[in-house]
Amino acid sequence: MKSSVSIEMVMLLAGLLFALGIAGVIIRKNIIFMLLSVEIMLNASGLAFIAAGSHWGQPDGQVMFIFILAMAAAEVSIGLALILQIYHQHQSLDIDKLKEMNG
Amino acid sequence: MDNPLWLIPALPLAGFLILAFGGSHLSKKMIAAAGAGSVCLSALITIMIGTKLLSAGPDGGTYSQTLWTWIDVAGFNAKITLTLDALSLVFVFVITFIGALIHIYSAGFMEGDKDYSRFFACMNLFVFSMLVLVLADNLLLMYLGWEGVGLCSYLLIGFWYENPANGYAARKAFTITRIGDTAMAIGLFMVFYQSGTLVVADITAKAPELWQQNETVVTVIALLLLAGGVGKSAQLPLQTWLPDAMAGPSPVSALIHAATMVTAGVYLIARMHVIFELSVVAQSVVAIIGAATLLIAGFTALTQYDIKRVLAYSTMSQIGYMFLALGVGAWTAAVFHFMVHAFFKALLFLAAGAIIESLHHEHNMFRMGGLKDKMPVVFWTFLIGAASLAAVPLISSGFYSKDQILWYAWGAGGGSPLLWAVALLGALITAAYTTRMMILTFWGESKTHIGHHPGKRMTIPLIVLAFFSLVAGFIELPHNFGHFTLFSDLMHKVLPETILRTNVSSEWMFQLLAALATFGGIFLGYFYYGQQPQRIENLRQNEMLAGLRRFWFSGWGFDQLYDVILVKPFVFITRINKADVVDKLYTGIVSVTHALYRLLSRTQSGSLRWYIMGMVIGAIVILGIQMML
Amino acid sequence: MDIAFYITAAVTVIATILVITRHNPVHALLYLNVSLLSHAMLFYLLGAPFAALLEIIIYAGAIMVLFIFVIMLLNLGKETEEQERKWLKMKVWIGPSLLAAILFAEFLVLVLWSESAAFGPKTVNPREVALSLFGVYMIGVELAAMLLMAAVVGAAHIGRHKRLVLHRFLKEEKEEHEEAVI
Repeated sequence: MKSSVSIEMVMLLAGLLFALGIAGVIIRKNIIFMLLSVEIMLNASGLAFIAAGSHWGQPDGQVMFIFILAMAAAEVSIGLALILQIYHQHQSLDIDKLKEMNG
Repeated sequence: MDNPLWLIPALPLAGFLILAFGGSHLSKKMIAAAGAGSVCLSALITIMIGTKLLSAGPDGGTYSQTLWTWIDVAGFNAKITLTLDALSLVFVFVITFIGALIHIYSAGFMEGDKDYSRFFACMNLFVFSMLVLVLADNLLLMYLGWEGVGLCSYLLIGFWYENPANGYAARKAFTITRIGDTAMAIGLFMVFYQSGTLVVADITAKAPELWQQNETVVTVIALLLLAGGVGKSAQLPLQTWLPDAMAGPSPVSALIHAATMVTAGVYLIARMHVIFELSVVAQSVVAIIGAATLLIAGFTALTQYDIKRVLAYSTMSQIGYMFLALGVGAWTAAVFHFMVHAFFKALLFLAAGAIIESLHHEHNMFRMGGLKDKMPVVFWTFLIGAASLAAVPLISSGFYSKDQILWYAWGAGGGSPLLWAVALLGALITAAYTTRMMILTFWGESKTHIGHHPGKRMTIPLIVLAFFSLVAGFIELPHNFGHFTLFSDLMHKVLPETILRTNVSSEWMFQLLAALATFGGIFLGYFYYGQQPQRIENLRQNEMLAGLRRFWFSGWGFDQLYDVILVKPFVFITRINKADVVDKLYTGIVSVTHALYRLLSRTQSGSLRWYIMGMVIGAIVILGIQMML
Repeated sequence: MDIAFYITAAVTVIATILVITRHNPVHALLYLNVSLLSHAMLFYLLGAPFAALLEIIIYAGAIMVLFIFVIMLLNLGKETEEQERKWLKMKVWIGPSLLAAILFAEFLVLVLWSESAAFGPKTVNPREVALSLFGVYMIGVELAAMLLMAAVVGAAHIGRHKRLVLHRFLKEEKEEHEEAVI
């Protein structure tokens, strides 16, 4: 199961996924899609951790991934609960409609 | 409290407190009783203690009573201590005794005024402050009294506050004396810095070791203290407030602006004589200020219409004599003249007040006249006061004190023929304007109807004061006749003896000259105003003399001068700075902050996208910087 | 093995692009699922089989189910799709995409220009991970546990439909008031 892919390539892949996630968060107006994009970003960072961990042969990368996983689970559950409430109150998921600040 | 000394200031204070807090509930009789009674009791106690001090006093000739410690901080210790020695006894006596008479007079004079209790409250507070001033054993407590009398002076000049001009006069007096007071405060700081104490007795004891003769520091201190005295005593160049201070009721002018407060400067210099003796420069400045003021004020008095303004300028002039005496080193003569002057000037003011009151508040002497027969009591008492002011030889007390000053102006250590000549000219002018005032007011034909005659409460103080104006001079007679030196013997316990330059035997000539000057002045006044009034008209036709008269009438243009060099530039600056230039800086900071806040608050749009964009741009910038490095 | 990595990487990128561009939320979810599974594959290839398993079980399993539930609850269907189509205009996405592209370009430069090291992925088995997790990272695990606990409570609280809640004193007052009215 040995791979000779250079670490740069893995890191680039992680960076690319992260950039895609960010683009998703900014582009979409629907909160659900924004939440999905945030998941993509979390995964990208997880990938970077795992790649680094396997590069050094240390378990720390995977430990960090597990923490990210736990955090993602918490974030998604809270986020979705909020989305439910927001939809319940505003009948919309448009992030631009929800802003109430005058700026 | 074996000694009732503390009662002297405490009684007027109690009177003030009663009237200030309960005055509105008391009847006029009660108010008069509280206001005048407290001062009368003070006067009685003063006489009692004074007799005891003189007959069976302690060795040092000083009663001292510490009531409590006022301030005790890091080596600086100010106690509320009252000290009664010969010098303060004279002042306390004058303040309480004349004060009591004036309070009795006021009870009649202010009868119709709606602010009866306020008047007596302020008067009592004044008497209290003045007593603190003269009884204080340290300069800090003295300064407390000093500021207290300034405050009362302000309150009483502006007593009839409904007229804005009176308020203006009060503010003017307060502001101008404040200049002197500030200088005096700095002087006190310097005294404390140099000597480490403000207790007068300690300073007196330490001064000769602490400072060399004519050292710069001591000159500066003396000049600063002098500035305080000049402000309070309305001497050049801070004299312009006194004529305007006549806006107050006549008893106020009599008590504060003639008899007591304005002589605080004399007291201060006499009290700190040790410091002044150490500086020849400061002493000469005192003498020159005194001489200049007596001359300028005398000429101004010659031209005034308003009887109270004539008296105000004559007060300035007479205090000028006292300063002259202090300046030449004739300490005793100055204090003697202070006492005599307090009697006859209070008398003149009270009598003038009675005349003004009777003539429906007519101040202009040219509209008076013919009062000789209609108001005999006022006439005779006024005549005695005027004789004293003009220093009519032998019979008036003013002669003895003024003659002494004239003699010392030539003969004392700091004297000079020039100072003597000025003082002699001043005596001539004094006699002239006094005669003018007498003739215009009492002789000639009656021009204004007399409303009502002054009651007993007003005439009795006049008679008492007239009596003292006649006899006060006899406690100190010149060397060549009588050589009766009760007053100077008393004073020499506190003040140094006057050192003479020349032989005593030549004093006759000076007395003769002084008498001649007086009679000359009286003759001039009589000649121009009594006998040949048309000559005055002729003189007025003369262009140059009319200009000179206008110049004198305006008080030698000091008001205009200060207006041009101080008030106008200040008003000009304020006008430029109407929009507050300095404040622009701060409003600028505020508006910049506000603009930045608007900018930042714009970013707080609530739009998540903008926030994320911001974060991304931040990440880009940080990574970009990393790439650059 | 390189070829497997590149294929998986390509699948991940394509699936991710599709996630962020789909109009229908369910479609997007499906692509996200593909992306997550390919992530798991990548982890496996990088010698982290335990992480790969967790990715599948928790992400592709549990979290996806949550999303689906929410989409079902909100009843997002055709209308949402139409709306999304309207929202996703060229001018809307071109700017942000550019920003993301710049960010990626910077990653690229930084990664490629930095010193290269030989990459020999070593398999890290679950035992080592577990030992590390419950050894040095014990405090982290405890914190994560608290976080999850808070998330559970928070989600339960936020997700509840609010009724009028009154303080007991106010409630009593209200009742008294009502009694008084009766």
